[in-house]
Order: sequence, then C-alpha cells, then structure tokens
Amino acid sequence: MGFLASMWDLVPDVLQTIIVILLKIVAILLPLILAVAYTTLAERKVIGFMQVRLGPNRVGPRGLFQPFADVLKLLIKEVVIPAESNRYLFLLAPMLALVPSFVAWSVIPFFDGGVLANINAGLLFLLALTSLGVYGIILAGWASNSKYAMLSALRAGAQVISYEIAMGFALVGVLMAAGDLNLTKIVNAQSGSIFSWFIWPLFGLFLVYFISGVAETNRAPFDVAEGESEIVAGFHVEYSGMGFALFFLAEYANMILISALTSLMFLGGWLSPFQGLTFLTDTPVIGWVFGNGIHWLFFKISIFLFLYLWFRATFPRYRYDQIMRLGWKVLIPVTIVWIFGEMIAVGLGWKPWL
Amino acid sequence: MLETYLPILVFLGVGVALAIVLLGLGLLMGPNRPDTAKNSPFECGFEAFEDARMKFDVRYYLVAILFIIFDLEIAFLFPWAVVLDKIGSAGLIAMAFFLLVLIIGFIYEWKKGALEWE
Repeated sequence: MGFLASMWDLVPDVLQTIIVILLKIVAILLPLILAVAYTTLAERKVIGFMQVRLGPNRVGPRGLFQPFADVLKLLIKEVVIPAESNRYLFLLAPMLALVPSFVAWSVIPFFDGGVLANINAGLLFLLALTSLGVYGIILAGWASNSKYAMLSALRAGAQVISYEIAMGFALVGVLMAAGDLNLTKIVNAQSGSIFSWFIWPLFGLFLVYFISGVAETNRAPFDVAEGESEIVAGFHVEYSGMGFALFFLAEYANMILISALTSLMFLGGWLSPFQGLTFLTDTPVIGWVFGNGIHWLFFKISIFLFLYLWFRATFPRYRYDQIMRLGWKVLIPVTIVWIFGEMIAVGLGWKPWL
Repeated sequence: MLETYLPILVFLGVGVALAIVLLGLGLLMGPNRPDTAKNSPFECGFEAFEDARMKFDVRYYLVAILFIIFDLEIAFLFPWAVVLDKIGSAGLIAMAFFLLVLIIGFIYEWKKGALEWE
C-alpha cells in the first residue's frame, strides 16, 4: 500500500487529475451501460408479462444473460453501408447520437456532492446537450439516402424541436422555483420534507416535462419516427450491426437521462420521502434506508423507466398531426399559463415552494 | 471556475473514443460481403425509382422557424428566472409584458393555421 502511494506521488499533478477524472467517468459509464443493457431486458420482460407472455427466458437463468447475447450478435453482424449513402456522414450519425447522451451524465448529481462536473450552468448545459441528439437522427436519415429514413428524419426533427419548447418552458418554471441552474442546488432547494418537492407546486410542469421527455426520446406512444407499420424502422432502417446498436444505446441512455432529470427536478433526487421523520431515520441498523441517499435516486429513476415501458405496452401510437397538436396547442399553453401563475405568486410574495 | 468544465471535456473525449471503438469493432468483427441488392436503399423490395432527397412539405420549415422564435424566448427566460429574487416587481412586469407580446404572436399564428397539420 505504501509502495502504491509513493508511486502515485511520482505521477505529475496534471496526470493525477486526469486519472482521477477518468476513474470517475468509468464509475459513471460502466453502470450506465449495464443499466441500458438491463433496461432492454426489463422492457421485453415487462411488456411480455403485460401481454401474458414470458419474454426472453432461454439465455441464462430466467433470460438474465439475454442482453449480452444481443450485444455479441450485433457485434458479429455486417455493418452494411448503402451504395448511395454518404459514407462518412452515415458512420458519423450514430456517434453523434451516442456522444451527447453519454456526456450529459457528467453534470448529473447522484448524491450530495456526488457529481463529476459541478458546473453552475448545469441545467443550461443539459438543455443544450439534449437538443444535440436530434442532429444524429436528422443526419442518419439524410445520409442513408433512403425514402423511409428521410421521411422519418423530417418527422423526428419537427417533433423533437416542437417538444423541446414545452420542455424548455417547464425548465424555466423549475428555475423560477429553485433560483439556480446548478442541479445540486436545485435538489437541495427541495430539501425539508416530501412536501417541499417541486412536484406539488409545479405538478402541471412535471406532467409536461415527462410527456415531452417521452416525445423527445421518440418512444411510444410518440414513436412515429420509427413507426414500423408506416416507415419500417424509420431513420435507422439502413443501419445494421453496431451502427444500429449505437442508436439503440443512445435511445436507452436518453430514456434513463430523462428519468433521472425528472427525479432530480421534481421528486427531490436523492432526498428521501421520509426526510424529517426522525423516528424513522434514527432507527438503528436500517435507519439509513429511510435517510437521503443514492438509493432513492435509483428508485425514482426505476419508477420513471417503468412508466416508459408501461406506456409502450398500453397506448396506441399517436397520429403525426395529433402529436404536433398536443405539443403546440396543449403543452405549450399549459406551461405558459403555469409560468404566469408562478410570476403572480412571486409578485404577491407568496412562494408555495419554500 | 473554468476548470470545473475539464471533466466534461475529458468525458467528451471518452464518449467519442467509445463510439469510434464500438463502431470500429463492429466493422472489424462483422463479415463484409457487399452486393448490389444488399447495398441498395430499402424500399420493401421495390427498385428505388427516384432520389430520396426530394422536395418535402413546407410546414417542416415553418415549424423550424417557429421553434427558433420560442427557443430564443426560453434563452431570455433562463437568466431572468435565476435572478428572479433580486430584480423585484419591475423585472416581473417587464417580463410579463415581453411574454404577452409573444403570446399575441402565438395566438396570431394559431389563428392563421400555422399549427395545422391536415
């Protein structure tokens, strides 16, 4: 141990910082990729049970190794590059979809102080990064030079930017309540008890935010961008093997990201719902379960991920004009009215979120 | 101040590297047997009879233009919301007026049918 410590001291300072950062990144990325893998399995299992089927149950005990089998299969498939496509853009597009969905995790706080980059413009950074994802989709559709892919890219582009407005307005509402762009401070502003969470005063914005999040990730019931019955697989119809896998990875990482953000901004992130109930948190041995901690964040994320799967099993797909109507004529007016309500509350000095 | 952004830069590098490695692995480990049928664009078995990059509906442009206006509005609202406690009622009224102007524009485009997809 002493030998290792003296070796560590020999490493230059700059390199030390970089190594520490890299270790932290691995500590975020590895669980994230595993979470993505098991979300795909959970999706098939949950939808299976909802449709009175068993879901995958052949690979490993109860199908637990199914995600690894899928990855292996995708890895040894041919990456077909269509003759009429733009080769480089075609290969660039899946990367452009994947990278923002990973980098966004650098500002997510997992517990108090447990964040890779504690920047003071966290929310702005996230808004910027989640908008970047649409470039991957549009580029994929355009570079493929296939009609289905092109149609899907147009639809997805228009849909994502429409819901982004509602999403941005919902974020403004959260900002007005929290008064800070830093995500750790936003969570700490909800500290106190379960009734200090922003979901209560901002319930409408919470609904708008999560619905926009579902639309933003192109998930059912807003998945016209990849509607199988209309445009086959949408923007990734020409992708096979790892190209497709990267899009898949990005989509699920984004789903988990939206769930995490909803938990952080409206449900108090790592704050426990039993906060303030000292007779529970002071219980010996199991008291920490009721206290604040990363386990509560994971629990809240799982709830929202389950909602994603539940939506997919339950709702029929929206028609495209209905999607645009919902985005522009329902969600945006709701958020504007809510922001006006908040402004009036602030003007009267009446702050229900404090 | 700026050094808090260093981890993001490193993360960006790791993300790009990971994407390249994954795609490269796929290109290396998979077979590579192209033929004309496989490499033609997918159109449910039909021959592709025209270029896919055709004219498309003007409403997509319209949505993009409307998006820019509203996104700018959000960009204005963000800093305002952060300093809400410090600017007092003058700031509130100014922003209420600004929002009102935009809402009038929103109502106008709604009545004009810019949001219709029929």
